[in-house]
Amino acid sequence: MSGNEAMAEGAIQAGCSFYAGYPITPQNEIPAYMSWRMPEAGGVFIQAESELAAINMVYGAAAAGVRAMTSSSSPGMSLKQEGISYIAGAQLPSVIVNVMRGGPGLGNIAPAQSDYFQATKGGGHGDYHCIVLAPATVQESFDMMPAVFDLADKYRIPAIILSDGMLGQMMEPVVVKSQCPNPKSQIKKPWALTGCKGREPNIAKSFFLREGDLEKANIILQKKYKLIGEKEQRYEGLSLADAKIILVAYGTMARLAKSAINKLRKAGKKVGLIRPITLWPFPQEIFKKISKPQVKFLVVEMSYGQMLEDVRLAVDGKAKVEFLGRAGGGIPSEDEIISRIKKLL
Amino acid sequence: MDKIFTRPESLRDVSTHYCPGCGHGIAHRLIAEVVDELGIREAVIGIAPVGCAVVAYDYWNFDCSEAAHGRALAVATAIKRVRPQNIVFTYQGDGDLAAIGTNETIHAANRGENLTVVFINNAIYGMTGGQMAPTTLLGQKTATTPMGREIKFHGYPLKISEMLSPLAGVKYIERVSLSSPQEVLKTKKAIKQAFQNQIDNIGFSLVEILSPCPTYWGMSPKEAIDWIRDVMAKEFPLGRIK
Repeated sequence: MSGNEAMAEGAIQAGCSFYAGYPITPQNEIPAYMSWRMPEAGGVFIQAESELAAINMVYGAAAAGVRAMTSSSSPGMSLKQEGISYIAGAQLPSVIVNVMRGGPGLGNIAPAQSDYFQATKGGGHGDYHCIVLAPATVQESFDMMPAVFDLADKYRIPAIILSDGMLGQMMEPVVVKSQCPNPKSQIKKPWALTGCKGREPNIAKSFFLREGDLEKANIILQKKYKLIGEKEQRYEGLSLADAKIILVAYGTMARLAKSAINKLRKAGKKVGLIRPITLWPFPQEIFKKISKPQVKFLVVEMSYGQMLEDVRLAVDGKAKVEFLGRAGGGIPSEDEIISRIKKLL
Repeated sequence: MDKIFTRPESLRDVSTHYCPGCGHGIAHRLIAEVVDELGIREAVIGIAPVGCAVVAYDYWNFDCSEAAHGRALAVATAIKRVRPQNIVFTYQGDGDLAAIGTNETIHAANRGENLTVVFINNAIYGMTGGQMAPTTLLGQKTATTPMGREIKFHGYPLKISEMLSPLAGVKYIERVSLSSPQEVLKTKKAIKQAFQNQIDNIGFSLVEILSPCPTYWGMSPKEAIDWIRDVMAKEFPLGRIK
């Protein structure tokens, strides 16, 4: 199946029972799949009148205690940012898929990784973060969905899957694993809006007008973000032990980086890869561990240098950080990566 | 002695933050009375808007959610779809429902969502300091129409209830007012009907309430309710629209 369909089926397997979305290329396979699969699985599918309505429907469904998601692509994600900020403020677990395309503006429908800043630095107004995961294969696009719903529920946080037009459209075989969590084992949500039978009323809110209250609410969020930063950093490392040049790439770009590394390793070149799986929290610890003057990092992105900034922060001047990036439809090719590495070696 | 008048269980015992003569307190209470009378307090979920009534949940003693400005009906749609056993209503002002949220309003209505909408029309943005609303009357002075609303620059008062009525998904619309005790009783009856419709699975029901905002109308509370009766209700005629 395609990466888009894999994410949709993965969400169903994760017990997602609400989907709302609005058409935008290159993610249209997700709402199309959900339109028949979600009702079949006993859930609710709504084609919303806008991206704004879709994300606020997710807010509502999440407030009512069910696993809820939406999906979009870059321009649509910009429209969703206000809603994501409210979801973060009200601490509602939600999943948002962004199948990234070229920007800025209407851009084009070619794959890109230019929404990294938007996804990892908050994106909307206020001091907040979303958990951000980036799959690199269609199988991983499927496998990540149960994991991302679990993370969203555990931390009561909006969580984003950052895919791209290449990975979303790509067809690969997928093993639908049976160990997907039983929806009945999902964690309890005593804060959910279900009607106040037998308890005090619950309120889903992000508005704290009284002096000091908003600061307290922010401190709760910041403590949560610190905990997530400590517990949830994930990455894949490849040939790091003796590597002199370490590529840093995620998603589609990591696939090209891997294939470049395989060729160079066969030629005896000491190159390795860090593939961040969580983009937020960024896997800083591995960079702290292996940064030294003898190592050079080469960050490769389908953008003009967004993850690059997080790599520089994590490396903290202890090693040289180089960059190779294209965007707007251009993708750094395997040959471009190899020739750049050869110059650095 | 029998107690013949008391605070509804659905209304908390707290002091109000609303201005003297404001209609929100009356509308909040009417909803609380209706919720009690229908015996749905433990099933109801209210959606508070952005505007003066954002903290409606500080007054209502049942589950509530905030919604981003204009998005109350998107939030309500999802809650009702995933929890059809609950009774879900939105409480929205004119800016929320008829300006920034017009899209959500029209599409929730057109989908025929089985929801109850309480629409407070006070012809002004209250919380932000009295700016022109879509329902501001021609000639009405506001913070952003200091010379009065003019057709040439601002167009006409938007009659969203009349706009919604031809939609097949809409089952009930009534415009009422808070300008006298008699009108308040009619308002309560309309609110009750709109909730009963949801209980009976009839579909989208909306009650538009002409409500006083003396502070930003620059009037005394008495002048404000007189203005609803003598001026506002001429532009927005009362009665059953659908």
